[in-house]
Amino acid sequence: MKPVNFDYYAPTSVDEALDNLAELGYNGKVLAGGQSLIPTLNFRMARPAALVDLNNIPELAYIKPTSDGGLAIGTMTRDSKVEYNPEVAKRFPLLPEVMKFIAHPQIRNRGTFGGAIAHADPAGQLPAVSVAMNATMRLRRKGQERTVTADEFIIGPFMTVLEPDEMLAEVILPPNPPRTGSSYKQVSRQKGGYAQAAVISVVTLDDRNRCKDVRMVLMSVGERPILSQKAREILMGQEASNEAFRAVAEAAATQEADPATDLHATADYRRSLVRVLVVRSLTEAFDRAKRGG
Amino acid sequence: MSKLHHVTVTVNGKQYERDVEARMLLSDFLRHELGLMGTHVGCEHGICGACTVIFDGEPVRSCLMFAVQANGHDIRTVESLGTPEKMHPLQEAFHEKHALQCGFCTPGFLMTLVSFLEKHPNPTEEEIREAIDGNICRCTGYESIIEAAKLASERMSAREN
Amino acid sequence: MTGKVFGQPIPRLEDQFLLTGTAKFIDDIEIPGMVHAAFLRSDYAHARIKKIDYSAALKRPGVIAVYTAEDFGDYWRPGPLQVPPPTAIKGSQFNARPLVPIAKDKVRFSGEPLAVVIAESRYIAEDAFDDIIVDLEPLPAVVDLEEAWENKPALVHDDLGTNMAALVKQERGNYEEARAKADVVISRKILVNRNAAAAMENRGFVVNWDEREQEMTVWATTQAPIPLRNTIAARLGLFENQVRVITPFIGGGFGPKIMTSQADDVLLPWIAMKLKRPIKWIEDRRENFLATTSERDQVHYAEIALTKDGVILGVKDVFYHNTGAYDPYGMTVPLNTQTHTISNYRVPSFYTEIRMVFTNQMVVTPVRGAGRPEGVFVMERLMDAAARELNMDPAEIRLKNLLEPNELPLRTGIIGQDFVEGVLDSGNYKANLQKLMEMVEYEKFRKEIQPALRAQGKHVGMGIVCFTEGTAVGPYEGARVTIGGNGKVSVATGISTQGQGHFTVFAQIVAEQLGVKAEDVNVVTGDTAHFHWGAGTFASRGAAVAGTAIYNAAVKVREKIFATASKWLEVPPEQIELGDGKVWVKGKPEQFITLGDLAFRANPTRGVIEPGVEPGLEATGYYGPPYGATGAGAVAMIVEIDPETMELKIKRFVIVHDCGTVINPLLLEGQVEGGVSMGIGNAFYEKMVYDENGQLLTASFMDYLMPQATDMPPKIEIGHLTTTSPLNPLGIKGVGEAGAIPTPSAFVQAVEDALFEYQLEIPESNLSPSKIFEYVQKASKKG
Repeated sequence: MKPVNFDYYAPTSVDEALDNLAELGYNGKVLAGGQSLIPTLNFRMARPAALVDLNNIPELAYIKPTSDGGLAIGTMTRDSKVEYNPEVAKRFPLLPEVMKFIAHPQIRNRGTFGGAIAHADPAGQLPAVSVAMNATMRLRRKGQERTVTADEFIIGPFMTVLEPDEMLAEVILPPNPPRTGSSYKQVSRQKGGYAQAAVISVVTLDDRNRCKDVRMVLMSVGERPILSQKAREILMGQEASNEAFRAVAEAAATQEADPATDLHATADYRRSLVRVLVVRSLTEAFDRAKRGG
Repeated sequence: MSKLHHVTVTVNGKQYERDVEARMLLSDFLRHELGLMGTHVGCEHGICGACTVIFDGEPVRSCLMFAVQANGHDIRTVESLGTPEKMHPLQEAFHEKHALQCGFCTPGFLMTLVSFLEKHPNPTEEEIREAIDGNICRCTGYESIIEAAKLASERMSAREN
Repeated sequence: MTGKVFGQPIPRLEDQFLLTGTAKFIDDIEIPGMVHAAFLRSDYAHARIKKIDYSAALKRPGVIAVYTAEDFGDYWRPGPLQVPPPTAIKGSQFNARPLVPIAKDKVRFSGEPLAVVIAESRYIAEDAFDDIIVDLEPLPAVVDLEEAWENKPALVHDDLGTNMAALVKQERGNYEEARAKADVVISRKILVNRNAAAAMENRGFVVNWDEREQEMTVWATTQAPIPLRNTIAARLGLFENQVRVITPFIGGGFGPKIMTSQADDVLLPWIAMKLKRPIKWIEDRRENFLATTSERDQVHYAEIALTKDGVILGVKDVFYHNTGAYDPYGMTVPLNTQTHTISNYRVPSFYTEIRMVFTNQMVVTPVRGAGRPEGVFVMERLMDAAARELNMDPAEIRLKNLLEPNELPLRTGIIGQDFVEGVLDSGNYKANLQKLMEMVEYEKFRKEIQPALRAQGKHVGMGIVCFTEGTAVGPYEGARVTIGGNGKVSVATGISTQGQGHFTVFAQIVAEQLGVKAEDVNVVTGDTAHFHWGAGTFASRGAAVAGTAIYNAAVKVREKIFATASKWLEVPPEQIELGDGKVWVKGKPEQFITLGDLAFRANPTRGVIEPGVEPGLEATGYYGPPYGATGAGAVAMIVEIDPETMELKIKRFVIVHDCGTVINPLLLEGQVEGGVSMGIGNAFYEKMVYDENGQLLTASFMDYLMPQATDMPPKIEIGHLTTTSPLNPLGIKGVGEAGAIPTPSAFVQAVEDALFEYQLEIPESNLSPSKIFEYVQKASKKG
């Protein structure tokens, strides 16, 4: 379990990194935190010709407020920095809540926020959260920059719109409107293990407790995070009610979730988890929104 | 042999310089280049935690990093704690509570817990349990490790007060 | 039995090295000029080898040599069998197919070595795999046990003409007669899933051939250093004393490290002699899953016959046992299953039949528990089914059928892994269960706690089971105890240590006899230069068998101390006192000699030694039990299940255990807790899964789930009873496997009880939330 040889680039600025990536094209692979990539290298399941290590670029690691009250998170910000950042906790309590479910502290100390999103693991929390939070991805390649929404960014299992010479540079989290509540509910076989199913809800209420906006994402039950349209259809304009939540759960479980059977769980079981977790997640998100988020 | 990279790294307060292949894992580097055999390798895919070291103040898996990535950084390994003659309070507590059997996973637990106790001087049992959740021990069933961490935290905070 | 040192909870003497990173493990061994080995392993489970071309690999810089089976010439040969089949069982059939060191002509399991690469580094050795062209013709894989028995879909060993590895029928009483008299007969199909030992340290092997000295030194992570040395020497045509096997600190064993005659210990010594270079091989985790032995995987067709009052009349069990691609360890595991199916209960008639099959999977040899958890699981499942059928309480039916102390010793009529008829030497099985019921507040739980929780809509259930652990089997172990001129004591024994605490408990045994401090006793295990007779560390026998040999040697040294001191102090031995590292004349402490001085005087450089007197304060002792000592216990487990997600929490875990005399209570609890955590893993997390092509789907810790700290109950509550074994002078029984044996049985019963409204009956030993969900779905549809 030793990696194959590769060429190693350790740029110290974003421009230098983009030069490296441009030069390497399909031969280059970005090394962020490496907590998912390095195991696959050790198993020799991945054999990149060259790695471009972003760990020596301080300008990619930051958490800073945006002018509209949101946050911009540099791609190389360590998960544990996001987990314990007071600004994050204040604006997006969902994030520290979710962070606790990502592997173990030692992994979060090294793993990066952008790296996990760009990895686009269907069982990964951060890609799903970025969709639920309607994050914007700032992508850079030599001489060019573009932005896409998180939902556009992830196109399949371990697949994103990133070009070979392009990197995810920044994740921009739009501010939550007042009276927004969120909730993360996950079932995994062990703490820190892969989710067999998870549901993230971000709900905004009007002053009469009616749903003004809802973004509910099903995680680990399809090839990518699933932004539920059914939740929108059923809940917009509605107050919290068990019947409505159950209707969403049923629709999400039967029409939106597309779980597979693997070693640890059958598709049926995971579908049943979606039913349960949708109700639990929506209940909590509505409740938190009611209490001011 | 592919290109060698020059690495300058501080481990346990001492500076080392070596030329290594980019692919050399940090765990192999510590053990076989620097001869610091206390860090153990149990799975090489980041699950077991035996290879945990403190990197710039935070515990990480040394099997999930390359030695080149340690260039210019600071690392602490189990060798930084105590000696057989004069052990660290956490090591003493492990000894008294029988918190190790084969001892192979132990350095990883110690490095995880040393860092944890520095940040959480008065942890609850539940917090300790979660702190060591990323370290696997096959021998003890964890109970004695949790007891040892608790005992060490009490002694260490008493010493500081 | 408790003394100043013996029986005391003293912390371990070996800890300070392990805690400070100064203990030497196998991968810490560095020798100048050392090269590294890596095995190219088959991706197919069953295939014919057409061609392996490694010429390109030899051109890669840093590659020193590559070998396939052909390159070893006549040196390549299977085996030998590490454990032969017992000849004492009449009519038993056994087809011996010992391990081959490297595949020749045919591959029989995924992960079997095809080539060995020797290179300047492990990295380069693995690179060379890419250069080796392997042409394999895949064959249908034999995976399902019952199909394998029917020789479908292929033969694992073509020349054998069958996939039958063994057929063993044993009976006591007459089951068919018992069945005819029964009011109730219950039949069940029961599955026991496969688990890995998964010691935190993988295996490793380092060999150095000293051409000038004509001596070979081997460092290995072995549980059987002496058998390993003997087979290496015999294979190479060397004398035993030309090969020294040293075990460094070993990071856990749990069974598979007992194996010898594998690729590493067969091939690497030969290559080291050819290349005249020291060689290191360190197994990685993937290899450990693929190609280190593992265990369990049985299919049982079991039956219990009872009276309507719940008295057992007979048990019948016909079971398929997967031995994997070869059967080098004989029938140890399924024989343990046979001896542990009925051991603690009064079962007048018992018929048991092993159908051991070859499959295209990794070889099965003992893992902590070693066939015992399977037997206990089958019996406890039958007891649960009977309790349900007869509307009895699970504890009540057990109490009714447990053997009474006055029925022991009891000859079981079933021949076990140690080749002798099983005898339950001693124990108080009912008392174990009764103490357990007190500790867990059984009556209160059933009558008050559980009904109240159920009224709140909580799904909380208890499992309560009994077990025995046959331990401390023969053939024998030995030890040498020596008092040095420094006044300290050295002890050497032939077994090796994987974390059990031998350095401490053996020191306690000796210190008590010789009146020294435990820390003044230096114990050496697993170094054939220090002691070279013995069988190894297995079957929970270290403390009971090697410990007794050490005790016997220490008693002899004690006698020598008194005899020698009597001569020098010029008083009869009865007037001498021993303690604090010296001897003195009773009542005259100023007339003393230190043990160090006495040791010098016992080894004079001039003068005369009287006839019959052996020099030195040294003695060698051996111990071989006629049969094993049987420990026993009972376990209760309370779980809570979220019926919507099937997430499960273990609320309480209580175990009462009786392993005879306790040498060190602190270490005993550690053994029990560790066993329990493996049992919990086996029951709810760990499962090795092979697909229909014989591919192992769980070859990493990502898929093979090891129990973590947050998976454990808040506390493992331990109760002790002591029924000393009459088999050895200290009254010791083994304990190493105790926790792992009963836990899956208790777990499934607790799950069924928690989800009582579904009337589940779970026939398999490893569950997951998804599995529980499936059972509930099936039950709901039925209802």
